[in-house]
Amino acid sequence: MEGILLHILGAIATFLLAFFVGMTYGGIRRKVIARVQNRYGPPIYQNFIDAFKLFSKTTAVHHGAMHLLGPAFLIVSAVMALMVVPVLRDNLWFTNLNFHGDLIFLIYIMVFGPLGMALGAGQTGNPNSAIGVTRGLSQMVGFEIPWVMALVAIMIKYNTTSIVDLMNIQNEVGQWLIFQNPFAFIAAILASLGMFRYAPFNIVGAPTELASGPASENGGKFLFTMMSAGSVFAFVKLTLFVDIFLGGASNLIVLVIKTFLLYMIPVLYGVVNPRYRTEQAVTYFWGWPLLFGFLAIIYSVYF
Amino acid sequence: MDYGIYQDKLTRIVTDIARSHSLWILAYGTGCGAIEVPATMTSRYDAERLGVRGAATPRQADVLMITGYLTVKTLKRVIRVYEQMQDPKYIIGFGSCAINGGMYWDSYNTIKQLDLYLPVDVYISGCMPRPEAVLEGFAKLQEQIRAGEARGATKYKENLDYYRGNQKKIIKNWDFPDYNW
Repeated sequence: MEGILLHILGAIATFLLAFFVGMTYGGIRRKVIARVQNRYGPPIYQNFIDAFKLFSKTTAVHHGAMHLLGPAFLIVSAVMALMVVPVLRDNLWFTNLNFHGDLIFLIYIMVFGPLGMALGAGQTGNPNSAIGVTRGLSQMVGFEIPWVMALVAIMIKYNTTSIVDLMNIQNEVGQWLIFQNPFAFIAAILASLGMFRYAPFNIVGAPTELASGPASENGGKFLFTMMSAGSVFAFVKLTLFVDIFLGGASNLIVLVIKTFLLYMIPVLYGVVNPRYRTEQAVTYFWGWPLLFGFLAIIYSVYF
Repeated sequence: MDYGIYQDKLTRIVTDIARSHSLWILAYGTGCGAIEVPATMTSRYDAERLGVRGAATPRQADVLMITGYLTVKTLKRVIRVYEQMQDPKYIIGFGSCAINGGMYWDSYNTIKQLDLYLPVDVYISGCMPRPEAVLEGFAKLQEQIRAGEARGATKYKENLDYYRGNQKKIIKNWDFPDYNW
């Protein structure tokens, strides 16, 4: 009985941590962008104020059941992915639903949210939403291939599909996977540029071009849900990268340092880049990232 | 003792502070005033440090900025945009054209006084107002929101017949849907 209670409390604590860290990272990102553009920038807690304001707005419009379900799909998939990814190594509070094959489950669940959002955006009838959805799915075709190849390379090398096993292997060997198979890390990190959808890959929600794409008919509480889901999902992706490639984290400070350094890669890459067109974004992932994906598999099989 | 009143008051104060520090603007770029908005948002004046940020669509926006004169044709679109926005919502009238017609005071197809047709919370005077004046206008709106005085949207709903009457006087081919908010 106590075990179940601890699991439930741990799940709530994990969610609150992911929400807080994801939102703060979003605020830091806005600050970084402002400093690069020679501005002072909003305070780091600006995202919390925005979220609170969005939650306090009224919502007097809806376009049907699927439109209401779209943001719900997003946050459900983000929380499901969060529950599978182990936040800390050997910790009672941040337990997770660890099972063999959770890496494969994660590949599926990470695209579940955007697909649900696509259905929701379709029902609003806004042409900008429809264009945003087609762009998002095309981009997904691009970055999923190097991402899956990087993961398959790791699975071949260590004969396991469990994230906890991968963390344990790295600690037994005493060497992080980023050094054991650097090509897999490069392919995965290049794919993550598309996953985060920051510039130059922000073709889905391009604010000046598509009026924020799938989100264009969603205001107030819908936008709050999407913002929370985005923050939690960013935390999930960063923690997954730390778990797989950087040997996991033994306490929260190490986790924050590692995730923050990883988070700066897509942020700083995006600050200095304009937006790609759709076909440029897709062909980007079929170039160097795909090559590194092949190299990673060859390296895993023969070395 | 009834704590409900204090609870409501506290909620209102916290919400108003959050609302005043997070204004997402929809810059309706009529006239020449739209050229001052980029200057306000970019590195020299940097409105984002006050929480002012551009919104992409009416559904996401809090503040509708009307930056200059409105012809009868654009007035129709502005009313549609305003009614699509979600509460609480505010309007900033920008430049002398929105206040009294400005240099278009005897034009045959522009409106002269914006607040006959839509409830304006803050006017920023000038032709054109410089970014300092725009920032001061935002500060004024923030003060009003914190004091609970920015009640333009409520006023619009309460006096809908008055506003609709004025609007219908100007717009001849009236084909608006009925909104229920």
